[in-house]
Amino acid sequence: MDFDDTREEAAFRTEARQWLAAHAEPKRGAFETWQSRYPGREGWDGLERAKAFQSQKAEAGFAALHWPAEWGGRSLPPIYQVIYAQEESRFLVPRGYFEIGLGMCMPTLFAYGTESQKQRYAPAALRGDEVWCQLFSEPGAGSDLAGLRTRAQRDGDDWVINGQKIWTSGAHWADRAILVARSDAKVAKHKGLTFFFLDMKSAGIETRRIKQISGASHFNEVYFTDVRIPDSQRLGAVGAGWGVAITTLMNERLTSGDLRGPDFEEIFGLARATTLEDGPAIANAAVRERLADLYVKTQGVRLTRFRTMTALSRGETPGPENSIGKLVNAPKAQEIASFAMDLLDMGGVVMDKDVAPLRAAFQESLLTSPGGRIAAGTDEILRNIIAERVLGLPQDVRVDRDLPFEQLPTAR
Amino acid sequence: MPYDPPAVNFDFSADQKALRDQARKFLAEHASSTRVRRILEGAAPYDADLWRGMGEMGWMGTAIPEAHGGAGFGHLELCVIAEELGRSLAPTPFASTIYLAAEALLLAGSDAQKKRWLPRIAQGEAIGCLALAEGAQVATPANLSTRAEGARLTGAKVPVADGDVADFAIVLAAEGAGRAGLFLVDLKGPGVTRASVATVDPTRSHARLSFDAAPAEPLGAPGQGWPLTERLLDRAAVLVAFEQLGGAQAALEMAREYALGRFAFGRQIASFQAIKHKLADMYVGVELARSNAYYGAWALTKDAPELPVAAAAARVAASEAYYQAAKENIQIHGGMGFTWEFDCHLHYRRAKLTGLMLGSARRWKDLLVSRLEAGAA
Repeated sequence: MDFDDTREEAAFRTEARQWLAAHAEPKRGAFETWQSRYPGREGWDGLERAKAFQSQKAEAGFAALHWPAEWGGRSLPPIYQVIYAQEESRFLVPRGYFEIGLGMCMPTLFAYGTESQKQRYAPAALRGDEVWCQLFSEPGAGSDLAGLRTRAQRDGDDWVINGQKIWTSGAHWADRAILVARSDAKVAKHKGLTFFFLDMKSAGIETRRIKQISGASHFNEVYFTDVRIPDSQRLGAVGAGWGVAITTLMNERLTSGDLRGPDFEEIFGLARATTLEDGPAIANAAVRERLADLYVKTQGVRLTRFRTMTALSRGETPGPENSIGKLVNAPKAQEIASFAMDLLDMGGVVMDKDVAPLRAAFQESLLTSPGGRIAAGTDEILRNIIAERVLGLPQDVRVDRDLPFEQLPTAR
Repeated sequence: MPYDPPAVNFDFSADQKALRDQARKFLAEHASSTRVRRILEGAAPYDADLWRGMGEMGWMGTAIPEAHGGAGFGHLELCVIAEELGRSLAPTPFASTIYLAAEALLLAGSDAQKKRWLPRIAQGEAIGCLALAEGAQVATPANLSTRAEGARLTGAKVPVADGDVADFAIVLAAEGAGRAGLFLVDLKGPGVTRASVATVDPTRSHARLSFDAAPAEPLGAPGQGWPLTERLLDRAAVLVAFEQLGGAQAALEMAREYALGRFAFGRQIASFQAIKHKLADMYVGVELARSNAYYGAWALTKDAPELPVAAAAARVAASEAYYQAAKENIQIHGGMGFTWEFDCHLHYRRAKLTGLMLGSARRWKDLLVSRLEAGAA
């Protein structure tokens, strides 16, 4: 048991570190993001700079380490991706532009696309020339994704799409998208879905930003009115879209990054710096007990990740036990935000960046952290995943599984 | 904050896993529920046949250096064995003798003390214990009533795990002026009386030890008893965390098996989200405890400066995970979990016992924060 790289891993780490030092800037503070450094024109300035960085990263061979060489990768085991991400985390690098395309859309295209499609789209996605988004969730289909209602109707060599998607990250600047839609409402819900990719500039697509409770807009609603997709852009068989979507979602687990908000280090620092009615907050027994609980959880998740990395390094496949990271961290982020504000007492409500500690990072986190417990698998869905895939417990009774989709109740 | 290790080999080796499999197999046979229940129901203070068998397997000498008659493996191997002992609820004085008494000798014993006791411990021929608590309160250097005068101890210690069967005790006693020292007492010598004490977990025997001018040898430098005790408890905390982890994992597995086999409302109760989410939370608790325990094992083996923080975190995580798993295991079993006949209560008892034996999680949380403060200062 030790924390050392193998010789090959250490050499790769050095290479990555040197390249990053030459091509990226260090962060100015723990919470700086690419978007906060380059906020201009609702993020478009950031996008252009991000594309420039991505193209250099692809050129240097760091953009898709586990892809085969013919698509610009290095065929490296997943541990190298972890090592690269560790090194990259010290630098200000683009986040939120290419992860969906490279991490979810391309693996789906590799599994279901034709050779010429792979050649056409993979290198462009890798270099950041084309940004992709994922059109899955709908207003009535979140955790129950297979309940989606956007229709796909065959018309000659085309499909005609009508309906609405929601929670689509990056749809407003995406060039391409993957889409799952209902091609047959007369069969059971999982059986009537078909999977496509499309050009986001197609006629009939309208994208609207969603304003979140924090005031920021990371997501979109996307409306489809008679949008035409050629049948050649179908991935998988007609009616087999659910299986294709699962391929995409299996890759999501590997892609979803850390939520970067105030964590143990910040709440510990705040407790040391804040005075309560009876002296320093750090000396208060109730505060100390909560700090200890938060530390043990924080360490537990970090160290569990090292166990996962060990499995990767040994060439083993880490299982869905990975889901405990988000299940612990997302509610913990919310708890830390709320606990920090309690320490500040009446003053905790202030969000003015020049007054609130850490430029109001805790107050910001109070408003962003609820999203972490919902996006990419709610706390409840993650518990189901652990229960079913790790502990092998039976699925819940599904009253809708064998009914034709059009007969399912949708409201009271 | 603790340092951020680069990449990793953060798991036990293939040899260590083979040792685990061997230990699990041995204990499944020799520390079965039937055997544990013999001790629960008062047949003996501990399972002497099992203890002899463990001695033949060489487990007592695992982390004792070869020069003192041990096998000279490291503490990682001891962690592996501890996890299996916790899983099986083995009713033996292993924790007292190995994690506490032998570790105390290794930390602070003179050559003569080591020579006298370690080879016998390694052979399974001597049982040791640590005598710290003095009744229903936290023992601190300031409130100890057991005192040392010259080379003699007077006072009483209760509860002392395995004090009724041990050959020797390591005793924390006041030396005057708010100082405390550790002392080694031959329990078969003069001035010692012992009486069994009932506890919530009868599978582990406890005693009251009374000393009336009992001859005692200092262990370690005079006045260093408390810092030494803290170092000793840190080391033991990691090893006990592995016992707790094994117990927690076993309780989780029992709950899972029962939920799969029990039908209500026309279906397996394991298909209800109320039960699934409870089991998922138990699993998360166990995994976080496992990761913290592994880090403690690493720090213990390397004698790393991170040990005090890592040990406290391992202790807190494992104490809470075991109690949670044991408590919810009863709940998932419903009425049957509340019966003497089912084994749920064995883990429930052991979880509470191990959660208090080195001091409560409440106190370790306070220690943990103090150590983080010291590290951040």
